[in-house]
Amino acid sequence: MPELTYREAVRDGIAQAMRADDSVFIMGEDIAEMGGSMGVTQGLLDEFGPDRVRNTPISEMAIVGAGIGAAMAGMRPIVEIMYEDFLTLSLEQIVNQAAKHRYMSGGQVTVPLTIRTQGGAGWSPGAQHAQQLEAWLVHIPGLKVAYPSTPEDVRGLLWTSIQDDNPVVFFEHRLLYPVKGEVPETLEPIPFGKARVVREGTDVTVIAIGPLVHRALEAAKQAEEDGISVEIVDPRTLQPLDEETLVASVKKTNRAVVAHEAVTRMGFGAEVTAVLQHQAFDYLDAPIERVGAKFTPLAFAPVMEQFVVPNAGDVLDAIKRTVGK
Amino acid sequence: MAKVERETVVGEGTLREFLHDMLLIRRFEERVEERFRAGELPGFLHVAIGQEAVAVGVCRAMEDDDIFASTHRAHGHTLARGSNPRRVMAELYGKVEGVSHGYGGSMHLYDLEHGNYGANAVIGGGLPAVTGAGLAFKMRNEPRVAVAFFGDGATNIGTFHESLNLAQLWRTKTVFVCENNHWAESTPGWQHSPVWDDMSKRALAFNMRSIKVDGQDVEAVYAAAREALEYARSGEGPVFLDIPTYRMHGHYIGDPQVYRSKEDREAAAYHDPIPRLRERLGLSEEEFDAFDEEAHRVVEDALEFAKNGTDPQPEDALKNVYA
Repeated sequence: MPELTYREAVRDGIAQAMRADDSVFIMGEDIAEMGGSMGVTQGLLDEFGPDRVRNTPISEMAIVGAGIGAAMAGMRPIVEIMYEDFLTLSLEQIVNQAAKHRYMSGGQVTVPLTIRTQGGAGWSPGAQHAQQLEAWLVHIPGLKVAYPSTPEDVRGLLWTSIQDDNPVVFFEHRLLYPVKGEVPETLEPIPFGKARVVREGTDVTVIAIGPLVHRALEAAKQAEEDGISVEIVDPRTLQPLDEETLVASVKKTNRAVVAHEAVTRMGFGAEVTAVLQHQAFDYLDAPIERVGAKFTPLAFAPVMEQFVVPNAGDVLDAIKRTVGK
Repeated sequence: MAKVERETVVGEGTLREFLHDMLLIRRFEERVEERFRAGELPGFLHVAIGQEAVAVGVCRAMEDDDIFASTHRAHGHTLARGSNPRRVMAELYGKVEGVSHGYGGSMHLYDLEHGNYGANAVIGGGLPAVTGAGLAFKMRNEPRVAVAFFGDGATNIGTFHESLNLAQLWRTKTVFVCENNHWAESTPGWQHSPVWDDMSKRALAFNMRSIKVDGQDVEAVYAAAREALEYARSGEGPVFLDIPTYRMHGHYIGDPQVYRSKEDREAAAYHDPIPRLRERLGLSEEEFDAFDEEAHRVVEDALEFAKNGTDPQPEDALKNVYA
């Protein structure tokens, strides 16, 4: 199997979708000649030309909104919001427009729009370039939300997003872009609502998304040295959510840790915790542990940033709490 | 789809059709007001009484494949574009037979068959989508235009500026129709915009072509809209239609308009586009009454249809969330 970085996998997913279907095009800030602020779209302009790879003005509302209108008119646009912090500028269009056109029209309208964005801490960007806001979007009926953690997943899920007739908010993580991984020779679409068991174990289930999947893997290795067998499950899409796989795993291990980089309070993990306590209450041997960022904006100074953002050690501590070690 | 050849100079027959449409909208909205005050309609509603010439002039100028997005004041645009009055009324009653099947209501009238991409209850909310639809038409080289209706109040929101900028930059097949009724809810134009009496200056900032036309003269609106649509259709670029008009009633039904002087209301009534068109056509009282009776008849029929419509099942609320 070939190996791609997460960045290359996103690019390949976009390129393959554009080759397969003329109605797919991409627009966003600095995505053409520059290839995007994260280098994800490098080379797309050369292959597909400026009509289908469009640099936009700094206009997040119009970027998303033009995507919505083009989608309603039969295109399958991919729009890029450079940082997910800037999603806040386009939230009106995402929440009131993209998510609701189909509903308000009584089913007449479809909005096959993919809104790609990225964020994440770990490089001292400060408080306005690294937030994790997936919980805001997963709260909105009408949106689908994906947050892949590996090159294989990001390519397969991006393909599915582009083919989906609903608006999808597609989260990527900055620190994952250089991460390498094997991908199938031919792109394999990954269905939404299907979690992946990343690692099998028997004592505790860690349900993790994005970079926390990788931090959980580190934690699991260390836990193993202490004789704790950790299962890791990555939901991959937050909406739809594969409750069945999550619950089945926890019923097996009887313990759960939920981990994401976003602030813990009111985070995606709170919802997962509610699902687990409701559907696996009798199976739980310990309170469900949550791992996430501390309740503060992200500070600039590296020592403060590292203190706020959850790392493998935080996941390990949570694992140990569930088993009483 | 066969294209109907439309003249820029309007013949008398066409003008009579315009009168028919304008009266239909007027009587429709008057009846809606009356039924709302009687407590029969849920939610809240906005009428565009006084602005009928804009709706009819612009919508009648569109081709069948053109699309538009409207505002919270959408009854006129929707009816002028040819949606069935029965189905529009049924939507206001929240019935399954409604244009949005009871999911939308007055502020969210959709009718894809008649090019209606949705009325929007967020000021300026539909402008980016119309830009995007115009972009799609341009990219696919289709002879179609996307039209955005909005009011003077919308010219102060970010989506307006971002959309006009993008549309001009990419020369999308879009026409921006600014219905300047000089009121943003209760706030008069002079309190909300430094260019309230000349909205064309907004277009100037984006180097966008603009056409100013008297919104109470349906013939002039039609001619200007034809010109704008053809320009946009050719791919030359978007056009900004600056259309001063008058809102004869309040912001919403039941609005006591404490903020508005008697003189201002009288001035709006003075500019009523319907008597003006009647005069232009030189109609006798009898001839006009015949038009009016027809409008009343259609509205009463629509009302009857709507009242006898089907209520959705409560659990239908869970449908149409996803495609």
